[in-house]
Amino acid sequence: MRVGENLNRALHGLLRDDPSVYVLGEDILDPYGGAFKITKGLSERFPDRVLATPLSEGAIAGVAAGLALAGDKAVVEIMFGDFAALAFDQIVNFAAKSVTMYGRRVPMPLVVRCPSGGHRGYGPTHSQTLQKHFLGVPGLSLFEVTPFHDNRVVLDRMLALGEPCLLFEDKVLYTRPMYGEGAVDELFAWRTVDDVAVVELADGGDPDYTLIVPGGLVHRAVSAMRALLLEHDLAGALLVPSRLHPFDPAGVPGLVPLLARTGLVCVAEDGTAGGTWGEHVAAGLHARLWGTLRRPVALVSSAPSVIPTAVHLEREVLVQDTTIRSAVLEGLHG
Amino acid sequence: MNGLADEDLALLLLIRCFERKLLALFEQGELNGTTHTCLGQEYVPVSLRPLLRDSDWIFSNHRGHGHYLARFDDPEGLLAEIMGRKGAVCDGVGGSQHLRRGRYLSTGVQGQSMPVAAGVALHLRRHEPGTLACAYIGDGTWGEGAVYEALNMAALWRLPLLVVVEHNGIAQSTPTSAQMAGTVAGRAAAFGVRHHALDALDVTAVRHEVAPLIEEMRTDPGPLVLEFRTHRLGPHSKGDDVRPPGAPPADWYAAYRAAHPAQSARIEAAARDRVERVAAEVTARPLASWGGACA
Ligand SMILES: Cc1ncc(C[n+]2csc(CCOP(=O)(O)OP(=O)(O)O)c2C)c(N)n1
Repeated sequence: MRVGENLNRALHGLLRDDPSVYVLGEDILDPYGGAFKITKGLSERFPDRVLATPLSEGAIAGVAAGLALAGDKAVVEIMFGDFAALAFDQIVNFAAKSVTMYGRRVPMPLVVRCPSGGHRGYGPTHSQTLQKHFLGVPGLSLFEVTPFHDNRVVLDRMLALGEPCLLFEDKVLYTRPMYGEGAVDELFAWRTVDDVAVVELADGGDPDYTLIVPGGLVHRAVSAMRALLLEHDLAGALLVPSRLHPFDPAGVPGLVPLLARTGLVCVAEDGTAGGTWGEHVAAGLHARLWGTLRRPVALVSSAPSVIPTAVHLEREVLVQDTTIRSAVLEGLHG
Repeated sequence: MNGLADEDLALLLLIRCFERKLLALFEQGELNGTTHTCLGQEYVPVSLRPLLRDSDWIFSNHRGHGHYLARFDDPEGLLAEIMGRKGAVCDGVGGSQHLRRGRYLSTGVQGQSMPVAAGVALHLRRHEPGTLACAYIGDGTWGEGAVYEALNMAALWRLPLLVVVEHNGIAQSTPTSAQMAGTVAGRAAAFGVRHHALDALDVTAVRHEVAPLIEEMRTDPGPLVLEFRTHRLGPHSKGDDVRPPGAPPADWYAAYRAAHPAQSARIEAAARDRVERVAAEVTARPLASWGGACA
């Protein structure tokens, strides 16, 4: 099953099982079913709770917060995650703050879905990955869709948190398959430790390096791992959390032995460097595993640039499998 | 339909042929990313062309190829931008919906340009009286709060802001009736902003109606909302039209051809040839190079 279909089924199941759930967004009604077709079939089945909105991102997020405040639950689709910038005030200054700023906890079960990322030639205002702008806000959790995590489980978890959550969805993932039980391909196997998918060589052994990436980078990371194994004889492991923030890999007991045995930890992410998720994860690892890490954590971000439209220019800016591969080689030998 | 000078008709048909060619190039896999054609709406910027001056600013949107071609008659530069080839207006960085050339600028975030246009109008009012800022927006874009914040300031400060609304009855897949309560006229009235609606698809008639309004803005500044009731003939971007097939919407093209068959055939053949030549020539160019973020 493809990731987009998994997400679509998760929304169907959520609306079916919980009559307090609303889904809101631009152009999400059938037969159109949303710009990326993730909401297909929802409005036909649940016409009262699946609402197409005007182009009003700020108000959509605010309406969702109002539903949550009154005891319902809301899932919002921002057509392109870039436009979450228009909803920033409602998400950060109202929904997230309201959870705690009235002295007693106010539950805010609310999910803002953000189709994100480039590689599709959509240009500077339709290709960004805005995670870093929402990091470290009290009362706001960040999640990312991955090809490992069933989205129904993820949606249930987010809504149960009772605080607003952003769900980043790399648009390229929608048409990629979900990984089946256990195997990534003939070389790599996967399992989960807490909510972190761990990809390792099927025949075990200590990894020479360990990558940590959000769901959108999984295929680029696995491709880099193949090349590093086949061309450089380097064995890698890969960690992919479902919840990006808060996230503290060194605080997950099942991950500590792996992180301690590895020759290099490298965190790769989309978006430009500077105040990023990767830097935050690296700071945590440095503080908690200072005595055990063999080397400083290596970081990979996209080039410090807007994301150009032309594909050949876009490629130079965005993180590729080869960018990750070079960072690992440089980290180990450079 | 009133007859047009060859030059006007050539521009209308250049835009029509350019947009058709883009959709064909997409179908052939020659283009990627996205694009929004203005099929059916070509007459709007062509009508306004002689009424706007080179010194006026234009703020365009995602559906902006016609706006650009009416201002610059530069299909080569535009196609090169869309295809990421040498000679691209913005080095291939901006693409179809992020163009800047002189006093022409477009952005892909709906509503964003309205306050910016108001700011430019504030500058013009003081430094270049008689010059205006023109912002093109669709009916759907009236959902964005920034539109009202800008309109309010433009009214308060009597800014020479010309808002051209291309009301094509739909936003992506959502009919206007499902996304706009009230009317554009009512919204303009609420701010005390002058509003004028146009149903004509006839370039000459439009010019006749609009010319005095724009002239007045130049001598006695203040915002004006021009609402073109128009029709989007094609998909929102490409292959994403889910409207049920019905009677074909009114199209200036069919009406003009029926009234002036010989002139239409002659000029359309020339426009088609021109676009084919441009497409072949631009496709053969090397890829655009860009100095990078800091250049
Ligand atoms: C802030 C923002 N929200 C959503 C979009 C996605 N989007 C692009 S065009 C469009 C519809 C615009 O409708 P309208 O203003 O009526 O113009 P039309 O496409 O009909 O020309 C939408 C939803 C966007 N570009 N910017």
